[in-house]
Amino acid sequence: MKVPYPIFRTEDLCAYYGDFMAIKHVTVSIPEHQVTAVMGPSGCGKTTFIRCLNRLHELLPGARITGKIYLRDEDILELDPIIVRRRVGMVFQRPNPFPTMTIYENVLAGYKLLGIRLKREEADRIVEDALRKAALWDEVKDVLHRRGTFLSGGQQQRLCIARALAVNPEVLLMDEPTSALDPKATLQIENLIVELKNTVTIVIVTHNMPQAGRISDYTAFFYMGELIEFGPTAEVFTNPKDPRTEEYLTGKFS
Amino acid sequence: MKNRIILTVITVLALLPAIPLFLILFQLLKEGLSSLSLDFFLHLPAPPGEPGGGIANALVGTLIIVGLAVLIGVPVSILAGIYLSEYGRHGKLSETIRVCADVLQGVPSIVIGIVAYAWVVKPMGHFSALSGSVALALMMIPVVVRTTEEVLRLVPDILREAALALGVPYWRTVLKVVLPTGMVGVSTGILIAVARIAGETAPLLFTAFGNQFLTLNPLEPMSALPLVIFNYAMSPYEDWWRQAWGASLVLVFMVLGLNIVSRILARKIAGEK
Ligand SMILES: Nc1ncnc2c1ncn2[C@@H]1O[C@H](COP(=O)(O)OP(=O)(O)OP(=O)(O)O)[C@@H](O)[C@H]1O
Ligand SMILES: [Mg+2]
Repeated sequence: MKVPYPIFRTEDLCAYYGDFMAIKHVTVSIPEHQVTAVMGPSGCGKTTFIRCLNRLHELLPGARITGKIYLRDEDILELDPIIVRRRVGMVFQRPNPFPTMTIYENVLAGYKLLGIRLKREEADRIVEDALRKAALWDEVKDVLHRRGTFLSGGQQQRLCIARALAVNPEVLLMDEPTSALDPKATLQIENLIVELKNTVTIVIVTHNMPQAGRISDYTAFFYMGELIEFGPTAEVFTNPKDPRTEEYLTGKFS
Repeated sequence: MKNRIILTVITVLALLPAIPLFLILFQLLKEGLSSLSLDFFLHLPAPPGEPGGGIANALVGTLIIVGLAVLIGVPVSILAGIYLSEYGRHGKLSETIRVCADVLQGVPSIVIGIVAYAWVVKPMGHFSALSGSVALALMMIPVVVRTTEEVLRLVPDILREAALALGVPYWRTVLKVVLPTGMVGVSTGILIAVARIAGETAPLLFTAFGNQFLTLNPLEPMSALPLVIFNYAMSPYEDWWRQAWGASLVLVFMVLGLNIVSRILARKIAGEK
């Protein structure tokens, strides 16, 4: 399926854990400035797929990738993974702020950990900017120098989003970012995602169908490592082409 | 009823191992408390046979010898621990390092002393605090290596991934995220190792050797608490026996203090989880 402005394009992407093939021959284009939901039953390879897109997958022992992944016309498998990861940020299932750092330092982690020195005003600006984008500024502006781990789960997750946004990535990958959060915090993050697509392209793994319906523009549907359906969310949800998508959507398996 | 009897018996039996510790503390307090005074801490030993004098030189010596041992032993141990946890977790080299550490830990301390004698004292031509520190460093290395490895392994992988996903190279992730996150635990390991070596006597006998005078020069022979205890206890003078008890009391409380601090740190880690 063709999308208007693809930012990511995979060609015959396969991902392995040792001999086990977890992603099978996936060819897909992900549109820029849109929210793409990655869905499918448990164990179908959603996490594996998005971890290919920032080359985290290959860090596991025995894991490898074949095929091509283009990020705007450059094959990221040929690029330095460090560069790829700065252009493609990630938010994980469980909030993981650095426990030894303050909120302020957490937001700047993408600079500090790399040894990049920032002027005081510049650092302040980046922190405020990222926290505002993550809709967390008002809640933490007076406690910037406290540990990030003191925050609630939902706040920690938004802190992690701010940390990822602070380095200005082109794409933000999110792996079930709300599955560990309560409904209120989930709603906040959903609203945030919709806001964010003006600045970044978002690829979000979710098990939650209503959530995908609310926030995503496109949906990719995986089944046992294969991409079996991809298209505008409204179409995929109302008129799935593959019977397995329909079964999933009607709750036959999960 | 029967249950309660069994519980009581088990409780009493469980307390048995604590009894020797209390007996030791009681004995030390009984024999040693009378020698403790400000002079005991601030003065140098009196000439043989004369009453009075203190252990200032031995206190300072222990601090210097143990401090130097930490400087020598800790950096290499932490590097090895980082390697075991973060780089070659399952590799052949790691297994070799682990076995070596375990074997080194089992080498009798007197043998470590002889080795330090051959390595440092012989080439230098005389006894020195430095050679004692080398011996003690060899004793603390295995402890620090293994605790560092264990503590770093406890650092959750999602923190490593958070850093890597920001484009941070692996080695920087290890140094700036994993190590700081595990730092309290690593420090606990160091304290436990220091507590272990602070009382070691055999490795110091023919290395640091002992010194009647106060010296701060690590290239000279130096006194240390265990050496003072050994020498005084072997002497024919009653006043020195008394001082040996006093020095023992000081040493035991130092080690006890280190253990308590490391326990508090360990609890702090557990609390953070
Ligand atoms: N580290 C690993 N080593 C070996 N196999 C793995 C590993 N991680 C995942 N797998 C396997 O790869 C397949 C895809 O896993 P993945 O985690 O990508 O699924 P998922 O769609 O994200 O599932 P979930 O919805 O439960 O998060 C599964 O069959 C899983 O067992
Ligand atoms: Mg998953």
